[in-house]
Amino acid sequence: MIKIINLVKSFNGHKVLDGINLEMPEGQITVVIGKSGVGKSVLLKHIIGLLKPDSGQILVDDRDISLLKGRSLREFKRRFAVLFQGGALFDSLSVFENIAFPLREKTRLREVEIAQRVRDRLAQMNLTSEVETKFPDELSGGMKKRVALARAMIQEPEIMFYDEPVTGLDPPMTNTVFHLISKTHQESGYTALVVSHDIPDVFQVADQVAMLHKGRIIAAGTPEEIQSHPDPVVQSFIRGEVDFLED
Amino acid sequence: MANPLRQLGQMSVNMVQEAGGMMIFLLEGLGLAFVPPFRPRRVLQEIHNIGVRSTLIILLTAAFTGMVLALQGYYTLRKYGSEGALGSVVALSLIREMGPVLTGIMVSARAGSAVTAEIGIMRITEQLDALDTMAVNPIQYVVMPKLLAGVIAVPLLTAIFDVVGILGGFLVGVVLLGVSSGSYFSGMVQSVVPLDINGGIVKSLVFGLTIILVACYKGYNTEHGAEGVSKATNQTVVLSAVLVLAWDYVLTSFFM
Repeated sequence: MIKIINLVKSFNGHKVLDGINLEMPEGQITVVIGKSGVGKSVLLKHIIGLLKPDSGQILVDDRDISLLKGRSLREFKRRFAVLFQGGALFDSLSVFENIAFPLREKTRLREVEIAQRVRDRLAQMNLTSEVETKFPDELSGGMKKRVALARAMIQEPEIMFYDEPVTGLDPPMTNTVFHLISKTHQESGYTALVVSHDIPDVFQVADQVAMLHKGRIIAAGTPEEIQSHPDPVVQSFIRGEVDFLED
Repeated sequence: MANPLRQLGQMSVNMVQEAGGMMIFLLEGLGLAFVPPFRPRRVLQEIHNIGVRSTLIILLTAAFTGMVLALQGYYTLRKYGSEGALGSVVALSLIREMGPVLTGIMVSARAGSAVTAEIGIMRITEQLDALDTMAVNPIQYVVMPKLLAGVIAVPLLTAIFDVVGILGGFLVGVVLLGVSSGSYFSGMVQSVVPLDINGGIVKSLVFGLTIILVACYKGYNTEHGAEGVSKATNQTVVLSAVLVLAWDYVLTSFFM
């Protein structure tokens, strides 16, 4: 269980997160929605330890991870994996080397076993072994996302974080990525946080949805509850109304 | 009146903050060289990137610098009938000053800018964040090998610069202008003392560390997308060139 209590963060005097309270139940996919620039990625960066809050707590199994340092922070990081918005594949490494990277860094597995695991993950993402030798700049957007997901999944995380997993993808690839998220979740049973503004597509993977607006969670519940939520801001966002988007 | 004063004060504060930030960055980067996992392969890769790939430009710069030194030196010395001292003039100029300084400036232009661009792109495409979330320290994985490579590669490039420069001077002074090869080399042997060579080595070590530190720091702190990378790269070249010249004065004053 991940629990965020009264999280506050400001940049240059501008309050981006203004008392966030959110619970992510174990083994479920929690989706945080909200318009671009509202602070969804900032929230995610706090949970994965890239940013420190001004105040508030981020509890993972009742430990405040915003207070962790050194070895205990590294130990926590070994429990999760992140799919970044652009994939964040290492340009200088081939697809194979990218996916093998976490195993080479964190384990003492033999190269033969690493190669087998990489190929298994490629197959899981419906990628052929021909892409192994390609470099990230030779891949399409959808392939990059799938390779990045393979790199994340090879770490066998307890917790997965997805930062805008389908931004910039065409509809078929969007469905493919969401299908892969569902599939890997069913296979591994990890707890997940998905940050996205792709609605209603993102509802297909969500167990619960929370909407971030003006630094606060203004609505939370199941996808059905959110879609029928009475708050006009929520409804306006879901329908993609112009006045709200330009607010 | 208040505004310019305020701006000056703010600029000073920013400079002190940046200098402090660089020092902390340097200490962290070098400190992590002594903490496992050690990364000898990454260091070798970076020696190749920073050192080996700069060799051609160093060879060209060194050859022409030696040639022009010999040309200028010959016509100046001839006025006093001292053409025989040409070897000393070329060697001392190169070993004490031109070798370390020009190597530093050429490395900053070629490798420093590349280092900043590489790390800057890693920053804006979240590759550094990806390392961090995989419990791999980005400073240890990306920065530390480059700092060590700078300290190792720049002195070696400086040595190559000195030798090639002396040969360039030989080509112009001895082959083209007719100075005897014996006097060219014997003058050199008599006038160059170990202090000159040691001074050159110390300078090149300091320049190598400074250039790569600035390059890594600017890249690591890149903001605002592609424009930020361009700005950081530009700042690296300008700042490291100025720092090389400033360090040169400080170190020369110690060795004189």
